[in-house]
Amino acid sequence: MGYPILTEIRRSRVRLKKVLDRLLPVILSIAVFLAVAILASLLLTVIISGGHRLSWNLITNYPSANPNEAGMRSAILGSIYTVGLSTLICIPISMATAIYLVEYSRGGKLSSILSYNISNLAGVPSIIFGVVGLGFLAYWLGMGRTIITGAFTLAILTLPLVTVTSVEALKAIPDDLRHGAYALGATTFQVVRYVVLPRALPMMLTGGILGISRALGEAAPILVVSGLIFIREDPTSLFSKFTVIPLQLYNWISRPQQAFIELSSAGIIILLLVLLILNGIVIGLRYFLIKRAGQL
Amino acid sequence: MIKAEPKIVGLLIAFLVIGGVIGYLGGWLAGTPSQGQTHLVTEKTTVTQTHVVTEKTTVTLGSGQTVFQTVEKTVTVTTTVGAATPTHTPLAGDIVIDGSSTVYPITEAAAEEFMKLHPGVKITVGISGTGGGFKRFVVGETDINDASRPITKSEAEAAQKNGIEWIEVPIAIDGLAVVVNRQNDWVTCLTISDLKKIWEPNSTVTMWSDIRPEWPKAKIVLYGPGPDSGTFDYFTERVVGKAKSSRTDYVASEDDNVLVAGVEAEKYALGYFGYAYYPHAADKIRVVPIRDDKVAGAECVAPTDETVRTYKYPLSRPLFIYVNKKAWNEKPWLKEFVIFYVEKGESLVKKVGYASLPSEYYRIAAALLKAGFLDKLYTISIVPEWRNAGPR
Repeated sequence: MGYPILTEIRRSRVRLKKVLDRLLPVILSIAVFLAVAILASLLLTVIISGGHRLSWNLITNYPSANPNEAGMRSAILGSIYTVGLSTLICIPISMATAIYLVEYSRGGKLSSILSYNISNLAGVPSIIFGVVGLGFLAYWLGMGRTIITGAFTLAILTLPLVTVTSVEALKAIPDDLRHGAYALGATTFQVVRYVVLPRALPMMLTGGILGISRALGEAAPILVVSGLIFIREDPTSLFSKFTVIPLQLYNWISRPQQAFIELSSAGIIILLLVLLILNGIVIGLRYFLIKRAGQL
Repeated sequence: MIKAEPKIVGLLIAFLVIGGVIGYLGGWLAGTPSQGQTHLVTEKTTVTQTHVVTEKTTVTLGSGQTVFQTVEKTVTVTTTVGAATPTHTPLAGDIVIDGSSTVYPITEAAAEEFMKLHPGVKITVGISGTGGGFKRFVVGETDINDASRPITKSEAEAAQKNGIEWIEVPIAIDGLAVVVNRQNDWVTCLTISDLKKIWEPNSTVTMWSDIRPEWPKAKIVLYGPGPDSGTFDYFTERVVGKAKSSRTDYVASEDDNVLVAGVEAEKYALGYFGYAYYPHAADKIRVVPIRDDKVAGAECVAPTDETVRTYKYPLSRPLFIYVNKKAWNEKPWLKEFVIFYVEKGESLVKKVGYASLPSEYYRIAAALLKAGFLDKLYTISIVPEWRNAGPR
């Protein structure tokens, strides 16, 4: 108490802290508001400009030069085929990669080089993956410009993203659990199978959701791999020609007629619905896994 | 830490092997989808058809009377038919089309109507761009290429090297609209030389006053299509004199909506894009009349449906489809489709909002194609008195 100046400083600091304490929630809520407002305004714009174009035609019809008849049946089916297949390819591979990196070679030099490169790969422009898909898969391996090429291209594209999430999911499992299992004489496989995986799976699937969302919205790599817009038949096999929703939207939105621009807005709504359905499947699976993990 | 290495190498090799197996399996399963399946009948049959042709000959007599002379001729046509004859079985098969996104709407409309008549024919249309489409066309990957410019020399050479011959069919006319902001009140007309000065590589034009001293001393902001489009190729060839040679410090977009939005927002902007787009944006921007100063006595011409169609507008350009000659000979359904496309050409072109060639052209071209005259259709699409037929 002998130094009044110090007391003064302490007091002002306390005041500052109190003000900050009050202010922080306001700043944070502004950030939340901005994020939600931007999303809401985007959705609203799309619904206002394209809502009245929503109809069954849009889902059940093939592309047409007449905007009133035009639909995106082939694009929707193509998207579901390629994105669904790419998820089936991508999730197991990235899970395996993540398990190898975290459980088997943790701390190794090679492992750190690999994980560093995988994180970098996540930032490569998607068109590069399209070129790889066209050159390597379609021509070199002779898979042609087919659904399976598109699915593998999208799988390679989403692989880094999903792997990084899976690695984080595994790292989040406390080491105490592993050590406990090892102390009881479990092998590495048993630790992974019975201790780590059941707890990490739900978060790994979150990576899957991110992967699906990214793959479904990609136009650039598919433009390179397929390039098709006008298809008037349903895909019948993995070796059918295909197109995807973003490509169809890209074509509609770059046309001069107002009707097609409205149609692309309606198409975006459909795209979001497809995204919700695909993600809903994974979210349901994750819910099931979380419940099971809780019972462990 | 070192022991991790063999595992990773093993993993990589395993991935490569699995990828390879899947790939080859895929190629084997996919096989050759279009050719093998359509012709189920393999034996050769000779069909002899006898037609009785009634020919009416008009003879004008000296007195002015007209007499119809009827001659009956019997024509025997012997056709050796390898497999499914187009006249007896419904058309069925694949047609693969790729190319310009400018021509795409017309081809889409044509394919749609044709597939309504012949549900067995499967047509797919892509939008890889004129150049991207030609890369596939010259190796025989596609049957038809949509093109918003004529085939270039290097593309033609590549085609020759691969033994690909083509039929060039003009389908419609588009122009290149040069546009400015609506607040721009100083530009009333630009010449081709002005445009060259603005757009050539290493151009010294940075201010409007660099074009004409009396124009504002303000920085000119340029908008144009990206280098993959046929529109860019055509503009650079027509204006700068060499295809693909352009200054690069401009805002490039393949999407005309972006170009319109840019020119609309920027007072000192100048841009160009396909004329077919202009009527839909006419209330947002202003189109600049163009004078071809290489032609003596030429006037400033603004693009309208009429001036574009008749090539009075200096930046008119033809739109084409290129048909693979081998496919034309081997696939009867392709032949039928191309003839349908040309016959219906005028209404299709109008339906999607493009300027059509004169109706006589579509009639004559369809008749010539039917009769098997496949070359130089371009020459009949131009009426001789039209001053400017673009760079050919």
